[in-house]
Amino acid sequence: MSQVPNGQLASGKASSVPPVVVDRVSKIYRVRGPGSGTFTAVDNVSFTIPPGSAIGLVGASGSGKSTLAKMITGSERPTSGSIRFGELAVESLHANGLRKYHSRAQMIFQDPYAALNPLHTVAYTVTRPLQNFLNMSAAGARDRVHELLETVGLTPPGQYAAKLPHQLSGGQRQRVVIARALACDPELLVADEPVSMLDVSLRAGVLRLLADLRANRGLSLLYITHDLLGARVITDEILVLHKGKVVERGPTKYVLQNPKHEYTIQLLDAVATPFAAASR
Amino acid sequence: MTALLDVRGVNVVYEPNRGTRIWSVREVDLALKEGEFVGLVGESGCGKSTLGFALTRMLRAPARLENGVIQFDGVDMASLSGEALRRQRRNGFAIVLQSGMNALNPVRNVEDHFADILKAHARSGEHHPRAAVRRRGTELLGKVRLDPDVLAKFPFELSGGMRQRVSIALVLALEPRMIVFDEPTTALDVIVQKAVMKTIQELQQESGFTAILISHDLGVVLESTNRVMVMYAGRIVEDQPSKELVRGLHHPYTEALLGCYADPRAEEIHLAGIPGSPPDLSLPVSGCAFASRCPLVQDICWKVVPPLAPLGGGLAACHVRAPSDKVPGATAVAAKVAAGKVAQT
Amino acid sequence: MSIVTSVPPPTVPGAGVQIPLGRPSSVPGPFQFIGRSLRTLWANGKARIGLVILGLDILVALLAPLIAPHSPTATTFPPYLSPNATNWFGTTGNGQDVFSQMIYGARISLLVGIIAGAVATFVAVTIGLIAGYRPGIVDEVLSFATNLALVIPGLPLMFILAAYLKSRSVWTIVLVVAFTSWATGARVIRSQASTLRTREFVTSAQFSGERLLRVVFREILPNMTSLVAGSFFAAATAAVMAEASLEFLGLGDPNTVSWGTILYYAQQQNALLTGQWVMIFAPGLAIALLALSFTLVNFGVDALSNPRLREKS
Repeated sequence: MSQVPNGQLASGKASSVPPVVVDRVSKIYRVRGPGSGTFTAVDNVSFTIPPGSAIGLVGASGSGKSTLAKMITGSERPTSGSIRFGELAVESLHANGLRKYHSRAQMIFQDPYAALNPLHTVAYTVTRPLQNFLNMSAAGARDRVHELLETVGLTPPGQYAAKLPHQLSGGQRQRVVIARALACDPELLVADEPVSMLDVSLRAGVLRLLADLRANRGLSLLYITHDLLGARVITDEILVLHKGKVVERGPTKYVLQNPKHEYTIQLLDAVATPFAAASR
Repeated sequence: MTALLDVRGVNVVYEPNRGTRIWSVREVDLALKEGEFVGLVGESGCGKSTLGFALTRMLRAPARLENGVIQFDGVDMASLSGEALRRQRRNGFAIVLQSGMNALNPVRNVEDHFADILKAHARSGEHHPRAAVRRRGTELLGKVRLDPDVLAKFPFELSGGMRQRVSIALVLALEPRMIVFDEPTTALDVIVQKAVMKTIQELQQESGFTAILISHDLGVVLESTNRVMVMYAGRIVEDQPSKELVRGLHHPYTEALLGCYADPRAEEIHLAGIPGSPPDLSLPVSGCAFASRCPLVQDICWKVVPPLAPLGGGLAACHVRAPSDKVPGATAVAAKVAAGKVAQT
Repeated sequence: MSIVTSVPPPTVPGAGVQIPLGRPSSVPGPFQFIGRSLRTLWANGKARIGLVILGLDILVALLAPLIAPHSPTATTFPPYLSPNATNWFGTTGNGQDVFSQMIYGARISLLVGIIAGAVATFVAVTIGLIAGYRPGIVDEVLSFATNLALVIPGLPLMFILAAYLKSRSVWTIVLVVAFTSWATGARVIRSQASTLRTREFVTSAQFSGERLLRVVFREILPNMTSLVAGSFFAAATAAVMAEASLEFLGLGDPNTVSWGTILYYAQQQNALLTGQWVMIFAPGLAIALLALSFTLVNFGVDALSNPRLREKS
């Protein structure tokens, strides 16, 4: 897999996806009970996701990366600052506007065991966005559903369409989650730790899928993780978050090979790999 | 040195409802010497946690131990129950769980927890006045690198990492000779994981207890342990000194697993997955369970279960890499594959 | 840099998990669901006893005109009789056959129990789901109303309502009972809905463009069926007891024939003094058994949602 230059599709055309501009965004929660009254989850963060690029938000739990992801997809509202998706002001979207935004900006969740309703088949889960956003009928959507299942590597699609989540492995469930996210051809994919709950042997497959999707469809990808290896493989640029602030940013490979902030160094150090152990 | 823990032929079957029997652990043999720090590595469903629970007699219905001998310091553990088993937990073996930090009583402080455990496992005639509890508590907290002022705190006042250290300290109160750590840091933040694992490693070196570390993370295991066992589909497929695992030839599954890791700082990264999925353990598996996913698979692999045979500094269960004398024809097959490879290069 | 993967799993015999094809379409159809539930309930020992008793009661109620030897209201027999060949349970002070009354009485007790239970559960589910799904002011208002309803003593409230309402019919009782017993169920359902709301599949449904009602009724509610069933059986139990109490105190319709009214008349006519202990014992036992059967079935409903409680037969 070759590195696809920023903003360009594998075919060489430029991506037509709008950029995401996060401008001085903060999220402050009011805390009830003993102790201080406020908790700052995100502190004055600014960055841009250029069209068709893959940006990584890296940090440990509590760093604010998930909160930031929720604000970018509209699930939460920032306390201050703005998030623009092209011309659209995401932070002021409500009800119907938010629904329409979801057809353009989708999310891939962390826990493949919780992201699928245990009572719905794969076909149902993937068909719903087609019915809701594209007004397709269930029968009319069937071909598209099969096409999506093939895209995420669940072949033969007819066999997988009828399955229920408990009949699928973790990796297969995550692929269903990705298929659902792709249903309406989104322009932005926010992946919140998509492989951290999968076995290591399954991760490469899902990561490759995400990388291919980005290269072939020109969509923008926001990859959120504490796993630096995944970030290295998928993203062009990373931002390291610590306690809600961006402490370091830059091209992924460069930052990982030349970490400057002590938190980045700590994070790199914490990623134990068998090869690092051998060289000790 | 005789083995502290001698396990032979252990099978664990799990019966969630009538008609379904899942063999989670199949024919496991292992022997641990005093003071060893062993890692048990594998992916979801390989049976590593089940094995850990079986060894410490923590299995609950519908899982049960079927056949097998578990000898701890000469005593047959499998036959113990009730009071005799409970007494064995003092100065015997103990287990630290993944969510051990959630096992703390939220309405009692840390000192009360120590008092409770010392009292529960006191030998007859032993008393534990508060002062003694506090002294012992401080000493144990020190071993897990916590300050004495933690004694007065309640669980909700401590972070996840601190609570896990407290649960380890509580286990140490029983002066166990063997501790099983079942994914002790998986539920913790990635930076805290490193710190807690470092503490566990230092602790093991200082106190000299035998330890089994169960984890899905090969990196964590190789960093802390001196011996590694790889499990797949309920069996141990490789048993090597940790330092040797990153070099040389190994069981194809181990090699495939190693291929799933890479250093994010490297200039070139080659990341691989393992296609396919583990076999359904509710069905009998003939031959090697990894055969359907193995790049080196031969005819014999589908028919005969490979026994653990010498490979490098340890053992591996592979007809091709570690052919056993006990399996007719294995050596010939292995030689053929090796010759074929030489011809290719 | 390369990510090396292979094509999807090879289909070699023994490789991978051979998964049987599941049901078509989405949420399982109601008949399949009921069939499956009944089988699981039957497997549970306690639930089986409950189902048997309930089944018998329903049978008796349905076949009342065929089983009852005499008309329950006809005052053709000599009054105050002890059990004899014609009147197996004796007769009332008005000369009515107690046995026939017992049989016809099953209808009212079952009717009120089931319908009041269903209405109470319906209200509980509606309020619980909305309160659980919409945090903030909506939740606060509904929770306050629920707590208020919980705090007010049910039975006395029932008495007051029944005493003041103009019409005295079975339906009055059904409404009164339902109105006073929805609160416990609402509370439980609210907590569960509140927990489910934050589950990722609900967020995922929102990202799929699902609207509020669809999320509540097609995503959250189907995952709460055993809780709702449990609430229903609990409410039905309470309803049976409440109905009997109201009738016994004379707050029901004295012209209907139910187990409660038999007890009412037994009390009025001093059955203990006249030695007609069957007239007291029979309806009391019947009421208790019906309430018990609902509770026993509830044990089985627990097993439906928690597979670990399922007994191996």
